[in-house]
Amino acid sequence: MAITLVMDGKELTVEDGKTLLDVAREMGKDVPTICYHDATTANGLCRMCVVEVEGQRALQPACVVQAGAGMKVHTRSEKVIRARKTILEMLDSTMDLSEADEIQTMMKDYNTDANRFPDAERRESEIKDDNPMYIRDYSKCLLCWRCVQVCAEDAQYTYAINFEGRGFETQIGTFFDKTIPETTCVLCGQCVAVCPTGALKPRREYLLQQGMSPQEISVLNTGRKKRKAR
Amino acid sequence: MIKPDRIVTTTCPYCGVGCNLKLHIKDDFIFKVTSPFDSPVNQGNLCVKGRFGYDFIYHPKRVTTPLARRYLLEGKPKPEGREQVFAVSTDGAPIPNSQISNLWDWVETDWETALNITADTLARIYKRDGSDAMAVYCCAKATNEDNYLLQKMWRALFRTNNVDHCTRLCHAGSVVALLQALGTSAMSNTASQVALNDVFIVTGSNTGENHPIIALQMKEAVRQNGAKLIVIDPRRIDLVDFAELWLPLKPGTNVPVFSAMAHVIVKENLINPDFIANRTEGFNEFIESLEKFTPEFAEEISGAPAEDIRKAARMYAKANNAAIYWGMGISQLSHGTASALGLVNLALLTGHIGRDGTGLNPLRGQNNVQGASDMGAMPFFYPGYQRVDNEEHAAKWEKLWNIEPNGLPRKLGLTTTEILSHAHEGGVRALFIMGENPMMSEPNLNETRKHMQELEFLVSQDIFINESGAFADVFLPATPFAEKDGTFSNTDRRVQRVRTAQPPRGDSRPDWKILCDLALRLESRLGVATSHWAYSHPEEILREAATLSKDYAGITYERIDKVGLIYPVPTLDHPGTPTLFKESFPRGKGKFISVDYVPVKEPVDDEYPFILTTGRVLEHWHGGTMTRNSVVDEVYPEARVEIHPADAEMHGIANNMPVHVTSRRGEIVLRATVTEKTTVGVVFIPWHFHEAAANLLTNDALDPQALIPEFKACAVQVFPAREGELANPENVLARGRY
Repeated sequence: MAITLVMDGKELTVEDGKTLLDVAREMGKDVPTICYHDATTANGLCRMCVVEVEGQRALQPACVVQAGAGMKVHTRSEKVIRARKTILEMLDSTMDLSEADEIQTMMKDYNTDANRFPDAERRESEIKDDNPMYIRDYSKCLLCWRCVQVCAEDAQYTYAINFEGRGFETQIGTFFDKTIPETTCVLCGQCVAVCPTGALKPRREYLLQQGMSPQEISVLNTGRKKRKAR
Repeated sequence: MIKPDRIVTTTCPYCGVGCNLKLHIKDDFIFKVTSPFDSPVNQGNLCVKGRFGYDFIYHPKRVTTPLARRYLLEGKPKPEGREQVFAVSTDGAPIPNSQISNLWDWVETDWETALNITADTLARIYKRDGSDAMAVYCCAKATNEDNYLLQKMWRALFRTNNVDHCTRLCHAGSVVALLQALGTSAMSNTASQVALNDVFIVTGSNTGENHPIIALQMKEAVRQNGAKLIVIDPRRIDLVDFAELWLPLKPGTNVPVFSAMAHVIVKENLINPDFIANRTEGFNEFIESLEKFTPEFAEEISGAPAEDIRKAARMYAKANNAAIYWGMGISQLSHGTASALGLVNLALLTGHIGRDGTGLNPLRGQNNVQGASDMGAMPFFYPGYQRVDNEEHAAKWEKLWNIEPNGLPRKLGLTTTEILSHAHEGGVRALFIMGENPMMSEPNLNETRKHMQELEFLVSQDIFINESGAFADVFLPATPFAEKDGTFSNTDRRVQRVRTAQPPRGDSRPDWKILCDLALRLESRLGVATSHWAYSHPEEILREAATLSKDYAGITYERIDKVGLIYPVPTLDHPGTPTLFKESFPRGKGKFISVDYVPVKEPVDDEYPFILTTGRVLEHWHGGTMTRNSVVDEVYPEARVEIHPADAEMHGIANNMPVHVTSRRGEIVLRATVTEKTTVGVVFIPWHFHEAAANLLTNDALDPQALIPEFKACAVQVFPAREGELANPENVLARGRY
């Protein structure tokens, strides 16, 4: 069934069952997203994709709200811009976005103020380097949940990681804080592939960043085990 | 963040799934692997090997300079007593100094010298002993183009069909069964069609570890689509957690279980009469053969409960769309062909074949085992499964390769296992191995070792000196997947591009170039007209192979630049064929072939009370040439034998305890994992580890039709060992998931 709605003043007829994000993207609108990924289930966690729907009290996350008949939607109203800008400023003031290319672009786009929240407490933690495949740098984690989702029912059905802690203390972690090799992790790296901020990273890339040469990295693992000839 | 110099799209070199990779490269160093989320094969998902296990290409042990034994360079006779050669190489030094004689030392040389020595020696042996003395192992890891050239070289220059590869050791039983019953041998449908199944059977396949990305699609089918999964396997593999029904049968008892399912389907009249009438033959004789296969009879032999056999049969037969996916647990038996025929019969009874979302799907192991078979790397077939003993086929290839009429041999060649068992005076004298590792992959390795030592001349073309290369006289350093162009054909029959991501390291060269250089040298020494070896790019090789193979006729590099095509692709505008047999089978009607139960060749007894079954683990790949030289070895560094808690208790074995596992053919020492993943009376050992090679134990009994060895069942004893008896006691597997 088709429905009709108005987006940014333009009347549209679309298939029923689409999200507002789908509709906006089909129209070529730039609705920014952070936690949303084509390969994961949308949860509306980051609220970067919010749009204004006339008659609704709060802004609506476009990634999960379905397009409805008669809706009047504004994808870049003043209220929307203020909300997105605030989200970016809150992230910027509490975490390390230095490797989040797309978010850096959004911050320019929304002209964010780096000093909006001068007293914000930064979420900082030690780099977890507990397996030979990838490192976890949760100072760069914005809790988009994609890694947890692909480890669970969006891809791997492995359930090695989840949220731990509450509120400000919330972090992605393993059960009982075990090291990655001790968990059910299959080391597939799907979590690394969907991480938007560089919080999860192949260990080889990390070592290159630390200044090691390809030659040094290549011999790194070869001497650790002693082999006895048969 | 590291900005890549370039990102190269290619195909994973590990299993038959054929995942699409993007290699992120900086200063000729791959630092990250991703996969496009819109890939039709793997939807952006990878396993640990594809994502992280590519680093073997940078391993310091990789050989990148041609090597020859000193005796060859000094023109001396080959030294005797090469017994210890094996030990020298597994220590891993690229140029080990032999303990035996310095004439057996590896010496670095140049390509000119290495290729001339190889050509001179091969030509000399051929002129002296003729075609039967020459044999070659092609390679299921190399490209279609590499394999086409290598079988062409042996057939055109040495006039022999002694051409085979490791397909003989994995799905030969399935191939023969499917050829007999349907007339073709590949998967009938694609793996991603599991999304269309409402019931599916996984049997003899640990899909979760061996085809991890197909297993993800299976898990999704169960959890998201409500499909019902039936696992028929001796091990409690991870897919059992997703299954409606698990039939834990004893290794080697497939035939009674599958036949009992057929029995139930016939007795309860759950057959598809229209399909049987229109698409099959031999039904009446077949149902007579089922009479004795009652579920109770099957339970007595297999241990799988009769009532569950009934349930499985009903679920499969009553489904709208049901498919069967199977692995080596079906084919690697001395009755592997019968075992696979049991599955074919189920599909023919119910008509679960020839439509989308149904099918008979042998999951192919290697990245290009399908392609190597398609390219004629087998003793009975030219490319395109054209029999070598068929006059018409032979004549076509003679014309293409510029060979005089009747020049190509009509005699069938030797298979992989036969090539080595014929390695003696008056038999096979020269063997060329491209990328394979028989000293890990053959059954009964102590016997294999003797045969390897009896070869007069062995050439190894590889990236490492592996357990088999240790016996070689000449080593030709080839390039791995990231340093050459070509195509792989995955288990879906999808032909996909492999692309050069970085230049060959050191002095190594792509396989196809080495083979062309060698062929030209051989032609001049043999004084024969040329069969054409001047190619400027692998694309020209695939075009040549495709001229006489209708399956590949419509495939060009241009057409598969972005997305691979699923053959048959008979013309240049054909879109590919994901589902086979929609109208008919290649042999016309599908043929019911009655099968009887034949027990495994080596039953258990008081002295050897356990059934040993072998297989693989997620982190490792086959003989280990790649993964044992990769970072993945760190997370799975040792062989383990899985034993059931009840058996462990009875034999005084605790978890992590070192144990001896002994068969009539050999003995290994490794740690035990006490786990309910295996069943009572059955122990499991992965065969990747040279320190405790499972194939020292396995039985070399062969299936009479497919000549595949019985890897999946032999009798062993297990008893405690001392820590000091382990090859590497300091390497301990410490993982939460095992």
